[in-house]
Amino acid sequence: MKRFAALFTRLDQTTRTTAKVEALADYFTEAPEPDRLWTIALLSGRRPKRTVNATILREWASERAGIPLWLFEESYAITGDLAETIALVLPPQSHGSDNSLTHWIAQIRTLPTVDEPARKQLILDAWDQLDATERFLFNKLLTGGFRVGVSRKLMTRALAQATGIDEPDLAHRLMGDWTPDTTTYETLILSPDPAEDLSRPYPFYLAYQLEDPPDTLGPVTNWLAERKWDGIRGQLVLRGGTHHVWSRGEELMTDRFPELAAALDFVPDGTVMDGEILAWTGDAPLPFSALQKRIGRKTVPKKLLTEAPVILKAYDLLEWQGEDIRSRPMAERRALLETLTGNLPKDAPIRLSPRIDAADWDDLAKTRARSRDHGAEGLMLKRLDSPYLTGRKKGDWWKWKVDPLSIDAVMIYAQSGHGRRANLFTDFTFAVRDGDQLVPFTKAYSGLTDEEFRRITAWVRRNTLERYGPVRAVKPEHVFEIHFEGIQKSTRHKSGVALRFPRMARWRHDKPPGEANTLDDLKQMLEAYG
Amino acid sequence: MSVLSFTPSGIYCPAGDFHIDPWRPVDRALITHGHSDHARPGHDRYLATDLAAPVIRHRLGDIALDTIRYGETLTIGDATVSFHPAGHVPGSAQIRVEVAGEVWVVSGDYKTEADGLSDPFEPVRCHAFITECTFGLPVFTWAPQAETAAAINAWWSDSLAQGRTPVLGAYALGKAQRLLCLLDQSIGPVLTHGAVENTNAVMRAQGIALPDTIPVTPDLNSKDHPNALVLATPSALGTPWIRRFGQTSSGFASGWMRLRGVRRRRAADRGFVMSDHAGWDGLNAAIAETGAERIFVTHGYTSQFRRWLEEQGYDAAVVETEFEGESLDTDPEDAA
Repeated sequence: MKRFAALFTRLDQTTRTTAKVEALADYFTEAPEPDRLWTIALLSGRRPKRTVNATILREWASERAGIPLWLFEESYAITGDLAETIALVLPPQSHGSDNSLTHWIAQIRTLPTVDEPARKQLILDAWDQLDATERFLFNKLLTGGFRVGVSRKLMTRALAQATGIDEPDLAHRLMGDWTPDTTTYETLILSPDPAEDLSRPYPFYLAYQLEDPPDTLGPVTNWLAERKWDGIRGQLVLRGGTHHVWSRGEELMTDRFPELAAALDFVPDGTVMDGEILAWTGDAPLPFSALQKRIGRKTVPKKLLTEAPVILKAYDLLEWQGEDIRSRPMAERRALLETLTGNLPKDAPIRLSPRIDAADWDDLAKTRARSRDHGAEGLMLKRLDSPYLTGRKKGDWWKWKVDPLSIDAVMIYAQSGHGRRANLFTDFTFAVRDGDQLVPFTKAYSGLTDEEFRRITAWVRRNTLERYGPVRAVKPEHVFEIHFEGIQKSTRHKSGVALRFPRMARWRHDKPPGEANTLDDLKQMLEAYG
Repeated sequence: MSVLSFTPSGIYCPAGDFHIDPWRPVDRALITHGHSDHARPGHDRYLATDLAAPVIRHRLGDIALDTIRYGETLTIGDATVSFHPAGHVPGSAQIRVEVAGEVWVVSGDYKTEADGLSDPFEPVRCHAFITECTFGLPVFTWAPQAETAAAINAWWSDSLAQGRTPVLGAYALGKAQRLLCLLDQSIGPVLTHGAVENTNAVMRAQGIALPDTIPVTPDLNSKDHPNALVLATPSALGTPWIRRFGQTSSGFASGWMRLRGVRRRRAADRGFVMSDHAGWDGLNAAIAETGAERIFVTHGYTSQFRRWLEEQGYDAAVVETEFEGESLDTDPEDAA
């Protein structure tokens, strides 16, 4: 654990990417292989499940620290992180331990198999043997919330540096259904046999938001344009007579969307498609809220299957006849995809995401402006001669979203953030005017600079009207311009609406609360765009 | 009548008709130390320790300031007052006020660990103790100063090895001088920002021995001072002033660095946990040593700390102050 803690400290002490990569590469060269494998697993989101409930951990920690539970809770509220709070309040370790990361993870995984007194003993012993950083990491593993500010991309780059294997190759090897129990460092990284894993998806290629005017991209004829669908990015893998559906976050969603199994009837084996999973009826997508009902469920009741049936809106072909075709140009992959989907019956759960033809950029801009009429968020632009790359890279794929919807709202509640933003008020509730009432309609957490968050935090401290636990009611004094991507009817909210991706676009110092938008304005937006 | 009462202008002694660290202009102000939220301009008369006086004069200009030595007693009206080391910064004091046999002590800002520069904190027996509690939660415990000093010096060497100039942010009064005494100048020289150097000069002039420093002037060429560490105010970090040192590694020393979230938000490369305020253990030990039964808690995590003290059997109350104790976001030098 010492080596892993040293790695964590190095990562945590720098904001420089090169220093992080170097620290990880050193670790991947020096650490024992099982620890390397676990580190890769942790940094690619394969965390051990939470094995102890957080409530009892707090009790044991405050008991060990000799403080009442309420004081532990107060400390937690300030620290913003349970694992850290425990690590900080405990008395210093009584003796060190040379046990490895793999050892401690194994210990954590025995917890569900033993009774509670044994569980408590094991955890107290661990706390007593670990220093503050090791303890923090142990607690993170224990509570299943391990995150260290290292992206998977960065980890992959470091691994490439340590092993000499190409980064995209590694990214592919790290995809899919493996855990440290089902493989070894040797098998996964050094001598993999990709064919062994029929379910393994390809790393997704991710687009950047287009910030410059589109004519900076060159002639429109170099680009494939399609709608930007508002669903769940998914990869459909058809191999060996089975099918697997992966989310962008590499979650296996096969059982969640049983409709897609029918693809096996129409699409030949050895095919992998990239596309958007959408709730769909007739010729149009259902609102995202319909799809949302499907997301949380591992198995789907019949009623929901008829209410919100899903399809894959396919837009790329990554594997064809068992061959990885990602290096072929977009135009060629697209042509194959069109042929493939052209033969499908109307009720097949796969549909082609149509290409949008345009004479020039202006023409395309007009189409983009009408995106919401088609249930889309804007357009995607893909360079016709580009390969399918790995991860987020600038240049070949662009999101060209419609301008967000916007409303000016009054801040009425504030709550402090977590982790990096603990101690700052960052979570706000906003209201619109309704006569002389203020009706809350959305929360927003992002969009302000650190400096603005500091200023609003200082203001909240001085202008709290009332406290409800961690939430503070504040003077309705500040107006913010809220941007959002969509608006839907909601029975759960007092205002009757729910927003999609709300964020604070601007702090309107120039507007008094009396000039904020009204509930009627919001209802009109619902009418127009809901 | 109480020995001290709490008024809109600050802590007031009716028997002696004076205030302690008042935040509005008053006739007579007893000042615990020179940080700007304790020593404010505009009072008619000031009283502070002889050790704190030079900095207060430097900051407030031409004021009517009387001085008193640690432990010396002075009668003001019906009150007897004396100043006792608080260990916060050089010259900082707790103020003891006795009226008709009843003793109250105002802690000012204090820390219990001896830092080698300030006169160490001295517990004063009293009936009522008015204590700060900037770090009044059990997550705030401090490692011994020597450990943190070793970490800072190691960072200095590591930065140089990576071809970077270490720039250490510290409040100009107190923390900067404390760090200066802990820096291992066998590694290299220490360059100072103007605000830090001004305070250094005041302290040297009053006879406080500080290690050598090289002030950063506009015509200073950093190449002439290889292996140097730069000691600057926190506000200088992240400004164009830093550019003259080429590639840098920034460090920041404060009690708040105990929290990972704050460390990360601060966006300094390194955060060192070092405070001039008492941590959780220090606060509890200091309070116990006063023997006081009544405790008033001022700036910091007051409501939590009050409840904790109540549960420990003290008669505890919160006193609202305008000290900028909850200072995480406003960065007053006082909260270091």
